[in-house]
Amino acid sequence: MAKKLKYALYTGCTARESTPELLQSTIAVAEKLGIELEILDEASCCGASHLQDFDDHLSLVLNTRNLCYAEKRGLPMVTLCNTCQLNSSMTKHRIDENKDLRMRVNNDLKQVGLEYRGTSDVKHFLYAIVEDYGLENLKNRIIKPLKNFNIAPFYGCHNIRPAEIQHHNNGGENPYAPNSLDNLIEACGGNSVDYDEKNKCCGFHVDLQAPDTANKLSGKALLGATDANADFMVTPCPLCHLNLDVKQHKIGEAMGREINMPVLHMPQIVGLALGIPPEKLGLNHHVVKAVYFEK
Amino acid sequence: MATNITNPKDQIATKQVVFKAFRFNADTDILPYYEEYKLIVTQEDVVLDILNKIKWEHSGSFSYRRSCRHGICGSCAIKVNGKAVLACKERMFNLIETFGTELILDPLNKSRAIKDLIIDKADFWNKYNSVQPFLIANVDKNPVKENIIKQQEADKLLNADYCVQCGACYYSCPAVEVNPEYLGPAALAKAYRFNSDIRDEAKIDRLDTVNQMGSGIWNCVKCFECTQVCPKEVNPMDKITQLHLQTFQEGVADNNVATRHAVGFKHSIEKHGLLDEGGLVFYSEGICGMPQHIPEAINMLKNGKIPMPWSLPKSKNLAEIKKLVKISSTAKF
Repeated sequence: MAKKLKYALYTGCTARESTPELLQSTIAVAEKLGIELEILDEASCCGASHLQDFDDHLSLVLNTRNLCYAEKRGLPMVTLCNTCQLNSSMTKHRIDENKDLRMRVNNDLKQVGLEYRGTSDVKHFLYAIVEDYGLENLKNRIIKPLKNFNIAPFYGCHNIRPAEIQHHNNGGENPYAPNSLDNLIEACGGNSVDYDEKNKCCGFHVDLQAPDTANKLSGKALLGATDANADFMVTPCPLCHLNLDVKQHKIGEAMGREINMPVLHMPQIVGLALGIPPEKLGLNHHVVKAVYFEK
Repeated sequence: MATNITNPKDQIATKQVVFKAFRFNADTDILPYYEEYKLIVTQEDVVLDILNKIKWEHSGSFSYRRSCRHGICGSCAIKVNGKAVLACKERMFNLIETFGTELILDPLNKSRAIKDLIIDKADFWNKYNSVQPFLIANVDKNPVKENIIKQQEADKLLNADYCVQCGACYYSCPAVEVNPEYLGPAALAKAYRFNSDIRDEAKIDRLDTVNQMGSGIWNCVKCFECTQVCPKEVNPMDKITQLHLQTFQEGVADNNVATRHAVGFKHSIEKHGLLDEGGLVFYSEGICGMPQHIPEAINMLKNGKIPMPWSLPKSKNLAEIKKLVKISSTAKF
């Protein structure tokens, strides 16, 4: 590679709490690939599209503040969670397009000595690997290909929709026929599995108030992958992961079928293919164990 | 006429496509089936041209709705390879680029099919009608001058008035698919359209309708399928967010698990910068709502997915976040 890749890492909340294995595997993979990550310790929660329902201005200010800290470091921001990606890039899109809005946000930020200038891009770590590092470069580093594994990609909504906000950060991914994760699976030596639900919603955002909706949507995805003979699923989104993995037993009951589908985080499959030991990728943290990789 | 003029058709790119069209007659068929048509598609064709070609040149009984042919009547929405499109607007070559040269023509909802691509849209219209999708205002029946709406007031509609009721969003909504009670994106976008109209007087009424648990705005899964699919760029998901905001602005948001969940983010951010995930669930559910989460919590605890209170992560420069929450807050609950 010509130039060493360096990003400001916006971990989001989930990778620091309920999916610690995501942060762990991200750091392990970045280290192995020589991608430098500076963690944005100052960043706050993105509001997860819920604060956005209550207080639009506050959520804009807080997300812009996060972007300011990436700008201060002179680095593009990478995210680990689709919903962080959505809220960061949506904020950026709105204040870049609307001068008045930008002024209002900057007026508040000025009071804590910050100013948004719009110099840092935001992209999900998936696209940092696929687009910036490049799959050809990745293939050259693979020492333990995921040969003979059928792997079901689960894209998660907020990396691919709305395309208008995301397309310049995600290599122009087509929300109706996404292929980045499929290509990544193939680059890691696995066999990517096609099924109807791969670009559909897991229902995470209504988990509390409408668990029935969430369970059915996640259930359809899990069964779609199961019926397509997947050995495991992989997702770039920790929120999808929480639903698909932690709630899997309950979802099986809701769907009236037994489900046993390990769900891996995107950096975990890259890490496995790069020969990083499973314990360094936090596979022990999963509720549904990916037994294939246990010693 | 000069004879050396080349037929412009000669320069138009063409592709051969295999279409599999959904065929079903509710009066005579028990099961639907697919009929295959091999057709030449030109770069100028929209989906409706293909439907017409099938009907006029191959199968006269093939049925679908069509009317204006100009993207304004909303009659002709169907699904191609699962993607809802307005047939008179969607270019065939775009679809070929996305899905290749084998295309499946389906009704918007197969289980509601009456004949081929024609569906019974009663569910859509019933929900649409339930939000009072019209202006409610005490208008002078014999006005002596025009009632002019200023541009800045018209802008507040945020293009919600562009909706042609085609149903593309509604029949692409995963929440509708698994929860038949949910009003869905079209009706909610319409509720916003009149709620944001300066002349309208039924805003609170409509908010009461769309605020209902089980059927209203809190059942939106935030997947953006509606925004992505809308052929008129109404952005229904944004309108649903606007309705959420209106319920808080107007003080009509109920105190329930969904509203507390939205508000809880602010409290958590103010306290920790990052989210206190467990604390948020507790704040949203209240003590009575917690038992249902115990099996998951135990699973999470066993697998190191719940940080201990003393190791809960906090943002650096927390004082700065607290200050911003104070000066930038605009909503009350």
